[in-house]
Amino acid sequence: MEMTNVSVDGRTKPAGPLLSVRDLGKRYGTRIGCANVSFDLWPGEVLGIVGESGSGKSTLLSCLAGHLEPDRGQVVFDTRNGPRDTITMSEPERRKLGRTDWAFVHQNPRDGLRMGVTAGGNVGERLMAVGARHYGDIRAQALDWLGRVEIAAERIDDRPSAFSGGMQQRLQIARNLVTGPRLVFMDEPTGGLDVSVQARLLDLLRGLVREMGLSAIIVTHDLAVVRLLADRLMVMKGGHVVEQGLTDQVLDDPQHA
Amino acid sequence: MTDQAYNFAYLDEQTKRMIRRAILKGIAVPGYQVPFASREMPMPYGWGTGGVQVTAACLVPEDCLKVIDQGADDTTNAVSIRKFFQRTAGVAVTEATADASVIQTRHRIPELPLREGQILVYQVPIPEPLRFLEPRETETRKMHSLEEYGLMHVKLYEDIARHGQIATSYAYPVKVEGRYVMDPSPIPKFDNPKLSGSAALQLFGAGREQRIYAVPPYTSVVSLDFEDHPFVAGKAPHDCDLCGATDSYLDEVIVDDAGGRMFVCSDTDFCRGRKDAGHIGRLGVQTDGGA
Repeated sequence: MEMTNVSVDGRTKPAGPLLSVRDLGKRYGTRIGCANVSFDLWPGEVLGIVGESGSGKSTLLSCLAGHLEPDRGQVVFDTRNGPRDTITMSEPERRKLGRTDWAFVHQNPRDGLRMGVTAGGNVGERLMAVGARHYGDIRAQALDWLGRVEIAAERIDDRPSAFSGGMQQRLQIARNLVTGPRLVFMDEPTGGLDVSVQARLLDLLRGLVREMGLSAIIVTHDLAVVRLLADRLMVMKGGHVVEQGLTDQVLDDPQHA
Repeated sequence: MTDQAYNFAYLDEQTKRMIRRAILKGIAVPGYQVPFASREMPMPYGWGTGGVQVTAACLVPEDCLKVIDQGADDTTNAVSIRKFFQRTAGVAVTEATADASVIQTRHRIPELPLREGQILVYQVPIPEPLRFLEPRETETRKMHSLEEYGLMHVKLYEDIARHGQIATSYAYPVKVEGRYVMDPSPIPKFDNPKLSGSAALQLFGAGREQRIYAVPPYTSVVSLDFEDHPFVAGKAPHDCDLCGATDSYLDEVIVDDAGGRMFVCSDTDFCRGRKDAGHIGRLGVQTDGGA
């Protein structure tokens, strides 16, 4: 993995992890959500989190993305103003991060889209949220992004409820990537889609991740998804990370029984 | 004569104090929706219970009250609220905008510019401008407190995408003093410019939703828009058929079943004033002053 002198926004940044997680823990009463999770995510890297159902994958992702408050630990993100612990930062700052440098792709597109708002409005929302006030520009960017996720331009004024499941998921991805985030959280992005649609979505995601140099954390229980997308893999069981390493290595030579 | 069965202006003094505290807070934070303990009023929700409570809290015996409904002094809603305060507060009432010290309004701002010392009380059905885009009250409150107003522009974007222009013609969202986005109640967007820099105190009461908010005198109120689709304060492209006014907000009235229609000022006091001054429109008849 290339780690030196990664260029973001045309400036050269010293090599350092984009996200640095230390000793993250979350309990639900006496039950463990996740515990002792530590890892570094480097710029441009895609990390897969796999594990059986109930192993704490989604809890971990929610804690990382700021949707859940962890009980302990640090999630240090390399913001545009230097590394900051996103757990102790103020809520306005965290929400701002959530609509600029971060993106979150939900498993169910209905959670991530506004179903009563047209496709163009859905893609444009994040632009307007960061201050875009020129209709023509917003629409042009929305059209560009619909094209990049292979949604026909004439569907721009249709509502997501008129879209198929695969199109909704692609629309959600466009909506999230339009502001050029640096880190994307994905919770089972291909769940609930049929196999051929999954394959197409994965191709698309892989293209976008490579092209934009995105870093991503993908939670899934589908090993084919991580084999295609992830550089590195983390295996969880009972809230603990039981194994991590390069994807091929972990998949081909698993150490944990 | 005040009906002795009621306290002055119907509400008891403690309730009025509570409402006044909410009003003061609203004035201190222009555009911020202050929750208040809305009372049951002897009229149905949707008939202006919020406005009536604000008016009741503001009235003093020396006040002169004007009540308008869509600009008119003589419609059911206006007449019944005016009578209500005549009976319970015994205050003087008027139809002349210039003579009134308190004006309760449903969905219009009088054409005559208001002056210092006047209070304009709006009846508000839904105070939350973000309501139809974000149904969760917890979330909209957070959006207000963190000034996350991108969603408001999504509404305007949707208008342009569907209709080719900003088709919102009433309850047009505004930003107050560069901070809070506010629903100006369902006034036509023609009235939006009058919100800004007004000499009068503007109070908004939503009874069912239990919110009060305010725009103090000389406060900047800006209608939201896009750079390439600027705000336009629209009205019907006609003159008033009774008084000939070219610059007032007009109601369209169907006059027969053969497509006949006329346009008249929605502000009845303004229209009468012009007719008395000798102005006459296309279908108007000459009055000899004060008819």
